[in-house]
Amino acid sequence: MTTLANRYEFVLLFEVTNGNPNGDPDAGNLPRMDPETNHGLVTDVSLKRKVRNYMEFARSGEPGFGIYVQEGAILNEKHREAYKALRPDAEKVAKEKSLNPANDEEALKLRDFMCRNFFDVRTFGAVMSTGINCGQVRGPVQVTFSHSVEPIQPLEVSITRMAATSEKEKSAQQAGSDGNERTENRTMGRKHIVPYGLYRAHGFISAKLAERTGFSEADKDLLFEALENMFEHDRSAARGEMASRKLIVFRHDCTLGKAPAHVLFDRVQVGRNVDGEFRAINDRGLGNLPPARKFSDYIVTIDRENLPAGVEVIERL
Amino acid sequence: MPYGIKLHVSGPYACFTRPEMKVERVSYDVMTPSAARGILEAVHWKPAIRWVIDRIHVLKPIRFQSIRRNEVGHKAPAGKIRTAMNRESLEGLALLVDEDRQQRASTVLVDVAYVIEAHFELTARADASDNEGKHLDIFNRRAARGQCFHQPCLGTREFAADFRLIGEGEPIPASEVGSRDLGFMLWDIDHTRPDRPSMFFRAELVDGVLHVPQPGSPEIRK
Repeated sequence: MTTLANRYEFVLLFEVTNGNPNGDPDAGNLPRMDPETNHGLVTDVSLKRKVRNYMEFARSGEPGFGIYVQEGAILNEKHREAYKALRPDAEKVAKEKSLNPANDEEALKLRDFMCRNFFDVRTFGAVMSTGINCGQVRGPVQVTFSHSVEPIQPLEVSITRMAATSEKEKSAQQAGSDGNERTENRTMGRKHIVPYGLYRAHGFISAKLAERTGFSEADKDLLFEALENMFEHDRSAARGEMASRKLIVFRHDCTLGKAPAHVLFDRVQVGRNVDGEFRAINDRGLGNLPPARKFSDYIVTIDRENLPAGVEVIERL
Repeated sequence: MPYGIKLHVSGPYACFTRPEMKVERVSYDVMTPSAARGILEAVHWKPAIRWVIDRIHVLKPIRFQSIRRNEVGHKAPAGKIRTAMNRESLEGLALLVDEDRQQRASTVLVDVAYVIEAHFELTARADASDNEGKHLDIFNRRAARGQCFHQPCLGTREFAADFRLIGEGEPIPASEVGSRDLGFMLWDIDHTRPDRPSMFFRAELVDGVLHVPQPGSPEIRK
């Protein structure tokens, strides 16, 4: 596997239609919002979970593509596998409750084992010191919070259920009904949806950290593939319709990079589409415009003029 | 300070977690010297040099926001592992992330901008090929071009830091923050001693500027 020799940055634009992209546990599962601006938020960990899930689907069972932070796995048992692989004859390994690397050299080997076998460890890193100590890995890929391009207005949708959960609930429902098919005391539920939101995420890939975890050229392509397709395999009643709309990648021709990340991100502008004309989001004239409800209500521009030398824009999606 | 540098860093969020409130993270009001050092090291560092923070300028008003997230926090229960080991199979040994999650709130800073003033010192590991001019040049060149070893962050990695070198003679932007006492704050972690104890100092903002004591200074409490 060739290790990554270039620094990358990427802008991912994804949309949600009539769904909840990321619920806020603090606010009764309302879509996350920035309380000051009403812009929608999606956390970094939410997107990383989807990348992991996609990789589990796409590369399940292939050596080197294990997923460490799985749904339904015990972290310490994965660490133990690393120890077992390294000390196959030592009996202690299989029994001991707490294992610590004997020396720095072994700690390094354990770390390498984890990086080699788990895609998410070599991509995002992992803290592996829970009882059975495998040390800490900092991954080359870093994702920030995603912000919606414009403020969002979540809707609360009340829904009902015809069935009762328990016998008790059922008799309570029948007591209130007058014998019609439809009982009056049905269970009510709530769904929170964002009618439409276009979200923007920023990501970074450090080639220098990739050298340390063995994150390869092929892994990078897989990561982009995952970012493009992750929502296709994350359908649920809560999410509504989500889709990756644009993935714009900045490729530097060296490991350290040729331009500041924020300067490159500024080259990707998202504005409202007013009869085919680009209008900046904070344009005062947008006040009379109805809210955006589809991707074509937006225009995405990429400023390719006078790119810093050594930086290439790749529009993957 | 002949080898001083000034770096402007900013971002929409930051979380410089207080060690006494790290389960449900609460950020310090301003960037800690150890976080500032980490940012500089993300741009350029070698074992031959050690960054020393001199001053941190706090440019924007100090404001907070709360974010609650699902996090993994549990270790595997030892008893369960033992039974699984006796059975010699991993079957049925599962810790569902969905069921074993911890919801933790973080009180984070919003819309921050700082100027870090720092210099570096050569360490015992510097050899004949190391000199101040070389490392200073490397740092300044990288920072001016936006190059970095990895993208620096404002406390935690989900809060990436934008950075820009403040060149020779360029004024430091005015601060919108006045003076205030910030209480005891983490200075840095002592990596030379066995348990890596934390070191604290009495932090005070004077006209938006936090003066950071130098290593070895009596102001640093161990």
